[in-house]
Formats: sequence, C-alpha cells, structure tokens
Amino acid sequence: MAFHKINVIVNGKDEQVMVSSNMTLMRMLRECLALTGTKNGCSAGECGSCTVLINGEPVNSCMVLAAECDGAEIITVEGLAGDKQLDPIQETIIEAGGVQCGFCTPGILISSRALLNRNPNPSEDEIREALVGNLCRCTGYLRIIESVKAAARR
Amino acid sequence: MAESDPINAPSPVGENKPRIDGREKVTGAAIFADDLQFGNALLYARIKRSPHPHALIKRLDISKARALPGVKAVVTGEDFTGYIGLYLQDRYIFCRDRVRYVGDPVAGVAAISDEIAYQALELIDVEYEVLEPVLDPEFGASSQALLLHPDLGKYVVANFIFPKEGTNVSNHFKIRRGDVDGAWDKCAAVIERKYRIPHIQHVPIEPHVAIAKMDEAGEITLWASSQSPFAQRNLIAQAIGVLPGKLRVIAPLVGGGFGGKAGVSMEALAVAIATKVKGRPVKLLLTREEEFYTAFVRQGLVAYFKMGCDEKGHLMAMENKFYWDGGAYTEYGVNITRAAGYSSSGPYEVPNVKTDSYCVYTNHPVGGPMRGFGMPEMHAGLEQCIDELAQQIGMDAVEFRKINCLKTGSTLVTGSKMHPTGLLQCIEKTAEAIGWDKKTSPSAPNKRRGKGLALMWKAPAMPPNAGSSAWVELVEDGTLNVGIGGQDIGQGVFTVAAQMAAAALGVPYESVRIATPVDTRYSPYEWQTVASRLTWSMGNAVVNAARDARQQILTTVAEAWEESLEDLDIVDGVVISYKSEKEIPLKNLVIYGLPKPDGQGWRGGPVVGRGNFMPTYITGLDKETGQGEQAVVHYTTGAQAVELEVDLDTGRIEILRGVSTYDVGKAINPEFVKAQMDGGFVQGMSSALFENLQLSNGVVQNPSFVDYRIATTTDAPKDLQSFIVEVPQDDGPWGARGIGEHSMVPTIPAIANAIYNAIGIRFEGPPFTAEKVYLAMLDAGMIK
Repeated sequence: MAFHKINVIVNGKDEQVMVSSNMTLMRMLRECLALTGTKNGCSAGECGSCTVLINGEPVNSCMVLAAECDGAEIITVEGLAGDKQLDPIQETIIEAGGVQCGFCTPGILISSRALLNRNPNPSEDEIREALVGNLCRCTGYLRIIESVKAAARR
Repeated sequence: MAESDPINAPSPVGENKPRIDGREKVTGAAIFADDLQFGNALLYARIKRSPHPHALIKRLDISKARALPGVKAVVTGEDFTGYIGLYLQDRYIFCRDRVRYVGDPVAGVAAISDEIAYQALELIDVEYEVLEPVLDPEFGASSQALLLHPDLGKYVVANFIFPKEGTNVSNHFKIRRGDVDGAWDKCAAVIERKYRIPHIQHVPIEPHVAIAKMDEAGEITLWASSQSPFAQRNLIAQAIGVLPGKLRVIAPLVGGGFGGKAGVSMEALAVAIATKVKGRPVKLLLTREEEFYTAFVRQGLVAYFKMGCDEKGHLMAMENKFYWDGGAYTEYGVNITRAAGYSSSGPYEVPNVKTDSYCVYTNHPVGGPMRGFGMPEMHAGLEQCIDELAQQIGMDAVEFRKINCLKTGSTLVTGSKMHPTGLLQCIEKTAEAIGWDKKTSPSAPNKRRGKGLALMWKAPAMPPNAGSSAWVELVEDGTLNVGIGGQDIGQGVFTVAAQMAAAALGVPYESVRIATPVDTRYSPYEWQTVASRLTWSMGNAVVNAARDARQQILTTVAEAWEESLEDLDIVDGVVISYKSEKEIPLKNLVIYGLPKPDGQGWRGGPVVGRGNFMPTYITGLDKETGQGEQAVVHYTTGAQAVELEVDLDTGRIEILRGVSTYDVGKAINPEFVKAQMDGGFVQGMSSALFENLQLSNGVVQNPSFVDYRIATTTDAPKDLQSFIVEVPQDDGPWGARGIGEHSMVPTIPAIANAIYNAIGIRFEGPPFTAEKVYLAMLDAGMIK
C-alpha cells in the first residue's frame, strides 16, 4: 500500500496528513484528525451522514479518497460554528426540533449550509431536493425543513 | 396546545424546553460509540456467517485463519457453550452444531486491521450439511415442518411464555373470552380477511457497534450503541459464564434504535472475542449490509381476522389467528406474540374473542422488538377489517369506531377494566382535523383522492416487575446532576428527565445536567430503554429521587431555622420560608451543610437523593384463556388520519396530509411529544409505502439503502398535524404515559383505508408501492 502526504485546509486550519491510497476522506477526518462529527452510516454513499464541503461543494466523504483531496479546502460540522457563535442553521434546527438522535444531523447541517450558500432564499421544494440524499429515521424531516426556512430568514 | 390540562404541574413540566443535548449534537461534539478512540491497541473483529438458511455444521477448520499474520484470535461455538436470550434462552453466541439463518455467526476473528480480519474470514473452512429450510410461519407451525430447535423443551423460559415442545412454536398465546362460536349467528355482518405483513428493518442511521475489552483480572468493559446496557450486562455475563458485576457496559449516545438496539444482538460477539485477547479492545462495527439481515428485523406476520357486529354496529365477536415469523431465534420475539395476543381486540370492547397468537421459528433473520412491538403489524389488518365491517352495515367508519372504542371502565379482552382514557376525544379531534365529513376534489384529472382513519392502543410490553432507579446529587454551585440508566435514543428522554427533576426539586431547568454516558458501574439500574416506558417509569424514579433530596434539604433548613417543613419551599434553587420570609440559596448548604449556632457543630451534609419505581400490581394471565386481573400497566391510545392521492398513470401514492392525536396523559414537553408523533407518522408511512425486506430462500435480496428504500425529504407529507389529549395516568409522573412507539402503529391501516376510499381496492399487505397499486388498478379494470 502506497502512502501519500497531503495538505488540506480543514475548518480553516492547515493540516498535513499521511494517508494510504485506499483511505477515504471520511476515515481520514475521523481517524487521522479525530473529527468524529462526520458520521459513518453506510460507507456506500447512500445515507449522507458523512457529508462535508469540499471547496464549497457538499460531498459524501465516504466516496472520496483522501489522496484526491490534496490542496482542497474542507469544512466539516465542527467548522460550522464560529468562535462562540453557532451557524444560524445550527440554532434553528435545535429550536425547530429537527434533532433527535443526532446521527444524521452533521450531514443535514452541511447539506443545508451548502444550499443556503448558493441559494439564500430557497423554496420548500428546493430545500427538499437539496436534502434528499440525507436520510433521517427519527424526525420525519418536516422539522428539519422548517429549520432551513428559519435559518434563511436570519 | 394541550386539549386539557387537568394536572397543575410545576414549571418546567409541560414547557417546551430546548433539547438538553442539542448543542453537542449540532456541533459534532456528541460522542457515539464508534467515535471513541482506542489508539493502536484496538483490534478489529469480523464475523464468519452462514451462507445457508438451515444447515448442520459438519466440520469447522480455523487453523489457516489463526495462522494468518496479524490475526490475534479466532473463536467459534466450541469456545462458548452458554445460551443467551431475553425471554427464552434459545441462542448460542456462536453457532455450535447448526446454523438457522443466512448470517448466523459461525466464527469470529480479531485482527490488527479490518482488512486482515476480512482476509481471515476467507481462510475459515466450514463444511455444511444443508437442510430443508422453513420459510413460512404457517407451514412452520404445522407438523410437516422440520424442527429447527429440537431442544425447545429444555430452554430456560420466562413463566409467561409458553413454548410447545416438539414443534416450531416457541410461544402460543391464547385468548378465550365469552362464546365466539355462538356469537356469529347473532351478527348482522361478518367478515373474514387474511393479511401478510412483510419483514422490515429498523434502519437506524448509526449501524450497530460494540467495543469490548477484558483486563488481566478478568473484568470486562463493553462500549456499545445500546438501548439496554443493564440487560446486556446480565445476559452476556450469564452466557459467557461470569458474574454480571464483572461486566461493565458503557453506552454513549445512540444514533437511532427503534428497538433494534434493545436486548442483546451483536454485542455478545464482541465480548466473546475480547475474552480471548486480554488487554486489547476489540471493535465490531456492522456494515450496512450486515445491519439489514444480521441485526434484529421486524417479524413478518400472517394474520387471519374474523369479526362480526350486530345491525346497530356493536362489535359482537372476533376470532384472530396470528402466525408470527419469528425467524431463527425468538428469544425476544416470543413476547411480541404475547403482546399482540393480549391486545388482539384492538382498542375496542368486544364481548366474545378467541385469539391464537403463535410465535414460529423459521429460517429467516432474527425477529426482534421494533417500534410498536407487534402493534403496527396487527393493527394493519384489524383496522382495515373495522372499516369493512362498518361499510357492510352501512355505517360511517368513524361513527362505528366511536360506538365500539374503549372508554373509561370498558372491559378489556383480558377481562380487566380500562383505566381513564381519552380515545374518544382522539377520534373526534382527528376526524375534525382531516375534515372527515368533507369530500375534497383531486388535484388533477388523472388523480383519485381519498381519506382514511385508524385507531390504536398499545401497552408497554415487559416483564411484570421491570424496574427503574435514579439519583440526584447537588453540586457546590447549586446545580443538579441527575443519574439515570435510561438512554436517549433521540426521543429526548434526557431533556424530559431534566425537566422532571427540576420541577420536583425546585431548581431551574438550566441548572440540571444528566450524568452521561450511561455506565452500568455508576448509573442507576434501568431495565431497558424500550416499550415507551421511560417517561412514565424512569420518570417516577427521577421524581422520587428529586423529592428525596428535597426532603433532606428542607429537613436540614427546618432544623437550622427552627421552623416546620410545611412552611418551607424550594423555588428556583433557593430555600424560602413562607413564614419567616428567610431564604438561603441551595449552593450554601448542599455540600457542607449548615452550622449550628455558636460553633456547636454542623447539621446536614452532601445531598444525594435516591428513587426507584417498579410496578407491583401486574398479575399473570391464565395460560388457557388469557384472562386475568391486570395484564399490563396501562394503554396509550390514539388515532391517525390521512388524505392522499393515487396517480392513475403511475400508481404512485402521495400522502397530502396526516393527522395524529394521542392521549399521553400529560405532555412533559409538548413539542417533543409532537416530534414523536411526526417522526412516527413518517416512519409508519415509509413502512406502508416502501419497505419490505425481500426474502428469497432465506436470503435478503435488498440489503442496502438503494434497494431497501426508506422515506426521504421528498416523500414526507407537506402537512402534518399533531394533537395532544391529556387524560392523566394515575401512576405516571404528573399523569404522563408513553408516546414513542404509538406514533407509527395506526399508519399502515389509515393509509390502506384511504387508498380504498380513493380507488376501491384493498391489498393483502404493505408496501403499497406504485407498481403494486398500478397493477391492481389494471386488474380491476380501472385503467387500461
């Protein structure tokens, strides 16, 4: 197995990481950088729990090899909040009751942030479309959709 | 808003407090079991599984796997001879002589990397003698079927479960009430129906994970995503032959449970392997594929209903036969069969009932508890029959339900009396909100629109003496640590426990923290986080603990101030006297007590309150008749209605609106109650429209999120309304009873009834997929 030294900016911080050729970005974040907020729900790109932003785009990090990310800027759920200030979507998802077990929540937050970045005033259908790849088994989604609407208003 | 508020509860009970674990869950700080870091000592476990649904193990050779560099242990059934199981001990940790489902664990490997563990599995050589599998529960119950558990008669079993030795029936629950055979002649209408409810999977987004470690002294620690740390301590310890006190279970947050992480499933495998590599943590993380067929599944059901009513619409008789597809091991599933039996009338008063509920071994995945515990499956058919019967005598289905539904004091199918219930209010509110009397037009010419409604009831299904305990401890700053053994699986019980502790002691909600993670060495005992029982049972324990602490504090202050207890109170963390108008903040006395005057000494001391709760009033039911004084602690009742459209061009069903109303006794946190109703509705909808664990010769055909579809954002209805009715539970904290599971019980029949209302077609069972609906419309000549 070959190893690669890569440079990435994760949540605004420069990181140099040694990764094997077959290591996914999800594993790199969780195992090399201890950023365990990014969750492993299926390792198959189907549940969305491991969604992160790569250069601003939401991506299932279990479907990307870490070695491919050399030079990339990555945002995980740990990077959403500012110094002491939560991202509006983090506040509204608590207020609207869009969090239950919390396992899908990091991926939902990242997908929502990506949507709001490219479309600050999404319609309900646009919100549903943007989150269709993020499975949630607890909430029934409506409170999550409400929280994205509320975040857009802030 | 609550419909009524008969109990005057102190703040913050009844208030919509924010989720206590909200901030950690939105920042990525929340720790789940797979997030724990174990460093380089960690070993990775993988499981060699049976490829056959039914076979004898003729030869098992692990020598090559053991010789692979990097492999630290290979274990098999040879190493562990003990049985395991919650209500019926019918499982080995690893198969010993026989495999009974595709996925049955045959051997386990621990290696220094996941890759090596997988390689080792390939080197394990197993020779099988393949046997005829049992793939249908009705056939399985017959004398023609091969016996899957020849030792059934020897298994250790709870005294309310009745296995039939020499058959595949691991529990036969009977109701014999009144004279069913004599009742049919008096009926103006009688219908008979058969339903087939498929297996489904819980699909928590977090897969099962367990990490186990045995130290040199033989003490074992298990970290697991678990609804049942205490039950796991007891059952796993017994099975591997150590005392329960030697096994410590630490249970971080659970990423969705729905029953699938209750009892014991894969956790025993990790512990068993860890005992062979002392000092090293061993991690077993199920793949999503394994999750679908080696974790518990919801049992399949073949159900026969016969029911009749008189010309005025009074239900006269029911005759039910349930064949539960319990799978290879029914250690937990036997009690689902029982619960369905003692609830088999549905939420109705019926004078004559005969029920036979059979739990049947098959060579399918292991059936276990899932949200609703048999009730969604049973109500799916029963609540359609109610609609059909009403239609046959020309009565409105809501009117029919109002006449027959359980009211306070109604006689139940087990012979006991119904406690105070708001079921009638639930029906009325639901019917009103869905606009039952108004016909609405379809949104397009190629659509048909329909409405449907269904009722439900469900009791916590558990041993009669399932207990809870709690402690509260005050800190130097006057804040409160609350110890509980119940688990937050998303339902919000940590928040609700904090609200109840705050209210009972008299401190602000913000000053309460829950002592997590649940750890069997430090947390107080809790039977399991199941049965929608925590708000009620653990809630009582928390309240008792907080009141105990309150009593200690007030006694100290009363002595110090030479006042009587009745004049003292604790408000917002301050002890006050209504008589002398003195006050003292809790922080000034809860650790160091209070000085006696003139340096004469001290009184009081560190305050720790303790409380417990266990129902003491549950009686057994007669084995032959299912009759008894009090079978269960209580029933939560409720109703759901839907409005939907069927697309004639595609068969696709769109749920336009959903309405839920439940009598929860008292909503400790009303928004959390509604969140359960919303989430349960969508999970129920998903099971009605999409979900089916497709089994072919015992092999699950669709073990992935692509092939096993669950509801997504685009499937959720645009409009969900949830209403709370509060008729208090006499032994619940401020009257509360459970809601978690109930929210998905009536959804399948409500949707089925609405489909019938729209297109006049009924189905043998869910899922009502577009394909199935389209083909049925074609068959019926509705479309060409």
